[in-house]
Amino acid sequence: MNLLIKGGIVVDPVSGTVSEKDILVADGKIAGSGVGLHHPDAQVLDVPGKLVTPGLVDMHVHLREPGLEAKETIYTGTRAAARGGFTAVACMPNTRPVADSAAVIISIVNRAAADGAVRVYPVGAITNGSLGQEMAEMGDMKQSGAVAFSDDGMPVMDSGLMRRSMQYAKMLNAVIISHCEDKKLAGGGLMHEGDVSTMLGLKGIPAAAEEVMVARDILLAEDTGCRLHIAHVSTAGSVRLVREAKSRGVRVTAEAAPHHFTLTDQAVIGYDTSTKVNPPLRTAEDVAEIRRGLADGTIDVIATDHAPHTAEEKDVEYELAPFGMVGLETAVGLVWTELVAAGVLTLAQAIAKMTINPAKILGLPLGSLGAGAAADITIIDPAAAWTVDPAQFASKGRNTPFTGRVLHGLPYATIVSGRLVMREGIVL
Amino acid sequence: MGLKSKDLVGLHHVTAQEIELILDTAAPMKEIIKRNIKKVPTLRGRTVVTVFYEASTRTRTSFELAAKYLSADTVGIAVATSSVNKGESLKDTALNIAAMGADVVVLRHPMAGAAELLARTLDVSVINAGDGAHEHPSQALLDLFTVREKKGRLAGLKVAIIGDILHSRVARSDIWGYTKMGAEVYLAGPATLIPPGIEKMGARVCGSLEEALEGADVINILRIQLERQQQGLFPSLREYSRIFGLNSDRLKLAAPDALVMHPGPMNRGVEISPDVAYGQQSVINEQVTNGVAVRMALLYLLIGGGA
Amino acid sequence: MVKEKAQILDKEGIRRSLTRIAHEIIERNKGTDNLILVGIRRRGVPLAERLAERIKDIEGGRVPVGILDITLYRDDLTTLAYQPLVRSTEIPFPVSGKTVVLVDDVIFTGRTIRAALDALIDLGRPRVIQLAVLVDRGHRELPIRADYVGKNVPTSRKEEVSVRLKEIDGEERVLILA
Repeated sequence: MNLLIKGGIVVDPVSGTVSEKDILVADGKIAGSGVGLHHPDAQVLDVPGKLVTPGLVDMHVHLREPGLEAKETIYTGTRAAARGGFTAVACMPNTRPVADSAAVIISIVNRAAADGAVRVYPVGAITNGSLGQEMAEMGDMKQSGAVAFSDDGMPVMDSGLMRRSMQYAKMLNAVIISHCEDKKLAGGGLMHEGDVSTMLGLKGIPAAAEEVMVARDILLAEDTGCRLHIAHVSTAGSVRLVREAKSRGVRVTAEAAPHHFTLTDQAVIGYDTSTKVNPPLRTAEDVAEIRRGLADGTIDVIATDHAPHTAEEKDVEYELAPFGMVGLETAVGLVWTELVAAGVLTLAQAIAKMTINPAKILGLPLGSLGAGAAADITIIDPAAAWTVDPAQFASKGRNTPFTGRVLHGLPYATIVSGRLVMREGIVL
Repeated sequence: MGLKSKDLVGLHHVTAQEIELILDTAAPMKEIIKRNIKKVPTLRGRTVVTVFYEASTRTRTSFELAAKYLSADTVGIAVATSSVNKGESLKDTALNIAAMGADVVVLRHPMAGAAELLARTLDVSVINAGDGAHEHPSQALLDLFTVREKKGRLAGLKVAIIGDILHSRVARSDIWGYTKMGAEVYLAGPATLIPPGIEKMGARVCGSLEEALEGADVINILRIQLERQQQGLFPSLREYSRIFGLNSDRLKLAAPDALVMHPGPMNRGVEISPDVAYGQQSVINEQVTNGVAVRMALLYLLIGGGA
Repeated sequence: MVKEKAQILDKEGIRRSLTRIAHEIIERNKGTDNLILVGIRRRGVPLAERLAERIKDIEGGRVPVGILDITLYRDDLTTLAYQPLVRSTEIPFPVSGKTVVLVDDVIFTGRTIRAALDALIDLGRPRVIQLAVLVDRGHRELPIRADYVGKNVPTSRKEEVSVRLKEIDGEERVLILA
């Protein structure tokens, strides 16, 4: 089965070039690219004016399977990914059971092979049950397909254990993804601590709760030589810490989520539980610094932290609602509208943060449109203006604070291994 | 003119004109409370349901009396706090109550935003009788009513609010209410109990109790809970009392005719000394009477007719 | 568009009506012992004050005047398009055992007076309640009649009787509007 993508504007994040050309796909791989390509028996995808990019990689999603299938499954989550233009996702280990053993990793890999619309790469837990007590079998998990290790959402509070885990992960040449939050400083908070939390009477999570841990983990990474990736940076202070560490040569990378470069804590006014997310929505100054960090390369990756929950779980008092919002199906629109169209990032920069950069961090052979590469391709209609309507989501989760927002830039087609898995919003 | 919203969730979104209307309506209601026959037929056939997820005999009784004086039927539902986390959700409980024909739901809940959730869910009126650390608008309105009655005005007064501002819904509603009516609000309390950014609501944070009391026309003392000490927010009740307790010596810093208020229940001898609590300047008992009048006014204004 | 159809009383007419009613009240009650006047908000209030003045001119003693706000007793609250303001009732003396003369400007359906009677009885048990109005325009919906009437005016239901008093309206006359 051959596929000829004609007339698109090809974005190559590796070379940083944007040019109009055709791409030929054969046997699941990129066969070549150039102007005016022809092939006698290829299916032709005519996409003039649309952006053709390497398949997008979201290195931070929650697929909820096994164990929390009411929220999301690998089947629905990967379809949400396909609709969102993602050809690969890395899923966090906070499932039931926690992905802290080869058995769970293998079950995810197998289920993804059977049910997945896009590639799924499991992230293993750092500690057993993500309880922060004893190191999990990271070596065994890595051999079974885990691409990184993280106790996402339940950060390792014991600095000694974190240091040993980094030493061990370094031996495995694995990256540690850190959800940076000092649980004691966060103190059961529900939103960013500031004038809005004060006005609403909601317990606040100070910026320092994140920054203290970013600082600690940078120091431990420097100490151990382990590769560290800071998940969902939400504060200006965290951006500055990462920037400074990078300038010193520490092996640290960082990601930001679309909601953190788009929304502020003002969105919580009205107690809409879809705004309850951890780390929380911060202030305008934080948003501005995250955008600066994205622009100057301090923040390498845009990842969604897609965290679906059921309507029943979210339709409660703010305090009782679980943290998290879905993100897969709004990411491209938010990146285009808030960053590219707004002039924060060039097109090539934005695409790099969603393709080659996360692929490199996770050690995956993805993110390139070079000849011979796997034909994972995303086609985006940059001219499309659309209104976020959760009822259209493929995800089971409808918990988005962006309902009704008009966005520009819509994934048009998603191609995995040369196979069209999504076209015009329909998962095939 | 009436109130714009079907609900009273907080004073944040209520205008000065609306506050004025509520206080003006509460005055004739107070006259009814002083009668031998404390009943007018205004809300005959209407039902007021109080749903309390936190025990508060004082506030619940005040709302129930207000409803009864206006001839409404009242039903009180006490929900054990422990059941908040399990079983029927607030939303389902409320929909059930509304389906039974309630005209007003008065909600007390330990979590901020609960009243707003309910107001969004229900077509009938919702009155917030305290939601977590968010707002307690009827308490603030009775404070305003008491001060206006005593002082003849609110504009230009210096109001000191002392104590645990962080956890106080009364403080938040008071700040909105007083500042909208043109009074100036000064706050004092342990630094750990002053929430960040409270100045944005229009209050000023003082460095000491003395600074807040200096020339104050109104002193509102908040309850300090032992629980906060156990959470490590201040060293001891003893030290709290020494630094932030209001006694007759400190009261002299305020204007000579300053009013002493407390939303109750009081820890006498901790945040306020007994001689001040029962002294000439104390209007604490009057606050209780005025609370019923203000709540009568709210019930009338929310469901007493008008399309 | 509401427009003036006829003037039924001028300043002098109002004055003479009140003087006559004052005489009738004294006559009917054989003096002013135990007498109380209660004006119904709004225009019953200045009328009650004026009657008290006339009675004082005639008898020498000033009778107590109270103010009754009947808003909370209205039977039409749920059907009104607007919400009436509640004002204070000010009757700072006991009514039990007294002769209470309710004073209002116009009697029409009788519903205001019904509400006023309920309100008054909630304040105590008067020995007798009488009613004085400046204008009786007919069209009663309840078995209520006035004891003292300034002027009986036949009207159609669609018309409006407007009593204008200097304390409230800055002028003294009674009009029929149509």
